[in-house]
Amino acid sequence: MAYLELDRVAKQFGAQTVVDDFSLSVGKGEFISFLGPSGCGKTTTLQMIAGFLDPTRGAIRLEGKDLTAIHPAKRGLGIVFQSYALFPHMTAAENVAFGLEMRGVPRGERAKRVRAALAMVGLSGYEDRHPRRMSGGQQQRVALARALVIKPSVLLLDEPLSNLDAKLREEMQIELRQIQRTIGTTTILVTHDQNEAMSLSDRIVVMSQGRIEQIGTPQETYEKPASAFVSQFLGKTNDFAGTIDRTVAPTQLVAGSWRAPAPAGLGGAVTVSVRPERIGFGDTGLSAKIITRIFQGNHWLFQCDSECGPAIVIRQNDGKAQPAEGDAVRLTWRSEDMSVRARAGA
Amino acid sequence: MSMAAEERSLRAPWVLTVPALMLFVGVLLIPLAMTVMLSFHDWGQYKGIEPVFILKNWHEIATDPYYAEMFWRTFRIAILTTLLTAVLGAPEAYILNRMSGRWKSFFLLVILGPLLISVVARTLGWALLFGGNNGLVNKLLMSLGVMRSPIPFMFTETGMIIALAHVMMPFMVLSVWAALQRLDPQIENAAMSLGAGPATIIRRIIMPQILPGVLSGAIIVFSLSASAFATPAIIGGRRLKVAATLAYDEFLNTLNWPLGAAVATLLLVALVLIVVGSNALIERRYAEVFR
Repeated sequence: MAYLELDRVAKQFGAQTVVDDFSLSVGKGEFISFLGPSGCGKTTTLQMIAGFLDPTRGAIRLEGKDLTAIHPAKRGLGIVFQSYALFPHMTAAENVAFGLEMRGVPRGERAKRVRAALAMVGLSGYEDRHPRRMSGGQQQRVALARALVIKPSVLLLDEPLSNLDAKLREEMQIELRQIQRTIGTTTILVTHDQNEAMSLSDRIVVMSQGRIEQIGTPQETYEKPASAFVSQFLGKTNDFAGTIDRTVAPTQLVAGSWRAPAPAGLGGAVTVSVRPERIGFGDTGLSAKIITRIFQGNHWLFQCDSECGPAIVIRQNDGKAQPAEGDAVRLTWRSEDMSVRARAGA
Repeated sequence: MSMAAEERSLRAPWVLTVPALMLFVGVLLIPLAMTVMLSFHDWGQYKGIEPVFILKNWHEIATDPYYAEMFWRTFRIAILTTLLTAVLGAPEAYILNRMSGRWKSFFLLVILGPLLISVVARTLGWALLFGGNNGLVNKLLMSLGVMRSPIPFMFTETGMIIALAHVMMPFMVLSVWAALQRLDPQIENAAMSLGAGPATIIRRIIMPQILPGVLSGAIIVFSLSASAFATPAIIGGRRLKVAATLAYDEFLNTLNWPLGAAVATLLLVALVLIVVGSNALIERRYAEVFR
């Protein structure tokens, strides 16, 4: 049974629909990411779960109980804000203790749980520090400890890592995942960073313009994108214009001088999507010329000019010789590595 | 760089500050020093001012209870005005800060209103509303039978405090507002998600963070109220004098300039001590919030 359930939730501001028809069931202990560009409605959805906004339509249920009927202060959710929103006039320990104090936890137990929470995020010894005397990463950890110490039924993370530099962000991602695995709190992360979503989540909800584009595991959304938006938003992709040729038998899918047996159920103009790392150089296939070749340590990045427009190819640095800039090459890929969609407007 | 050029570049900043320094010395320091000097001079009904060094004026202020009463009244009015503006102004700023765009700018203008009107016109306006039997509000209340005698407003400390609080309000509201601007916009949501109710949020989260703003507003209001002249002069008249009107009367009515100078100097010194002292206290106490 679903632990947290959003049932056709919608939010309108005046005439503008910000979130529409949002349905999702989250299992207990699951780590879910809402992924999408800014303005896609992911933060609005999070705020509706938190209770800072009321949904215009639809229901939000936690363990079968209607969550929208409960005041935000009584929902018992842990929230980490993008700006951390720590209380600057309180020490780290006082910040973490605040939620326990509101719950009437006795002083002795409170101190014990605060110490444990700060130790969990690696901040033992920082109890008496004020937030403004801490680094961004440390403030982030205090915010996490403050949200977790109340043993929330759901942990909501609103772009918590976006204010950290790249290296720290990666460290925090790993740590966040470990903490979440250890304590098993159901977690919802809002992010616009596809790497963050993929490395942290059990499932990703890809959103665009207030609607869900796809719900799936990181692999599913990457390998089998449900729409052009998903394939472009999650990693790099090559889109080639192709056609299905029915004049020959069996019918063939043709893109420039690349051809393969056509998948069933499609006809006419199609778009062929292939990830750059799934394209290889062969003897037959799409004719292309290499424009630039960039060495990136563990892999090579080729920008090519093909018959069907620009193409990106990534080849692992396996020590073998690679084509040089200006070389004419043939691009080839396996049928199972592409996704074919009917081309819009053609 | 040669020695001469180095010397020149060291001297340049000093030379450049000379015009401003001259103005500062000329229009502030010299008159101030002269006022202090004046307070040590002698004065007589028929001999006028005698440029000698005596402590007569200071001795008079220190021993005559009339002056103690005057200064005590001045600071009592200033303190109560400050309290009134803090109690009304802090919530006003909080509400203003939560308003949406158009209403916010409209009400900000309303709050700034008193500063845009001449102090004399504004104070006389209060007098028209509450002044004795002919005051508009008093007339109305009495004709409705709500009260038999007019609300005492003119020539009372209450009237002075209300009129002063009215004009000082913008300083308090703007100062608290500046503190509110520094608040994290999600801070109330954060407190709410941890289980805090509206009253707790105000008391535990908002108040401690805007308190420095209230205190710096209080310093401005206190020093301006203690040295205010026009409002006490009109509301209090000759009957209810404060330090500023007292100094004025000594200068222009009694023509006892040295005594007036001593009153003015004492007011200045007392204010500077109070303001500097409380400022240091606040900065030490709220170091974390100010950072």
